[in-house]
Amino acid sequence: MAEPLVFHFVVDGDNFTSAGQASVQVKKNLRQLGLEPETIRRVSIAMYEGEINMVIHAGGGEADVIVSDNCVEIILKDCGPGIADIEQAMQEGFSTAPDNIRSLGFGAGMGLPNMKRYTDYMQIDSVVGKGTTITMRVNY
Amino acid sequence: MTVNELSSREEFSAVSMPEGEREISGVYIGDLLSWVMGRAKADNAWITIMSNINIAAVASLADTACIILAEGVTLEPEVAETAGAKGVNILSTEMPAYETAVLLSKLL
Repeated sequence: MAEPLVFHFVVDGDNFTSAGQASVQVKKNLRQLGLEPETIRRVSIAMYEGEINMVIHAGGGEADVIVSDNCVEIILKDCGPGIADIEQAMQEGFSTAPDNIRSLGFGAGMGLPNMKRYTDYMQIDSVVGKGTTITMRVNY
Repeated sequence: MTVNELSSREEFSAVSMPEGEREISGVYIGDLLSWVMGRAKADNAWITIMSNINIAAVASLADTACIILAEGVTLEPEVAETAGAKGVNILSTEMPAYETAVLLSKLL
């Protein structure tokens, strides 16, 4: 692969039942490119968690996935409320998700920790009141 | 053991079997979806009582071999349809999660 491949998605913030569509599409694309199943699994889960977060907390956003020779980079960008205390948000079990989200099995406070767990690099840039950009990389 | 072989047993019924020849390796039990994504391994049978549409995406992305709905939990037809389209196998059983896992531990 000489030129990196870029996939761009708009994540719909209004429809929780269709949340995850971008991640499922990325999984399909990576499979077609012939990446290892475990690499695909790591990228898919990290991206899905981020996508769900954008729907729950930020009213949607945009996602870019860049596939280069030895790395998949995921950039998730929203214009939501931002994260006041990133260190706290990274702790397993800490969640600000509302009850209706929890009743669906989300909001356990494992989203950001899972994104960290499955990626080799993760950077959170967040400004309260402006939005959040998360950059993740999975090397392969 | 494949998902087809498991579903042919009298304790289980098939809800969605687009990839029934998948081999099952190990079991994960859980209803909190991010725990499942964080802890379940690829090719696990995932036992849950969660039945909303997001389980199809979680099983697909976490690459589990199948979902087993315990306690006689049923699915809305659209959830089964979505699972089928995503290549996600789903079985159901009247057994609770613990008994399902005990049986699987003997079978796998």
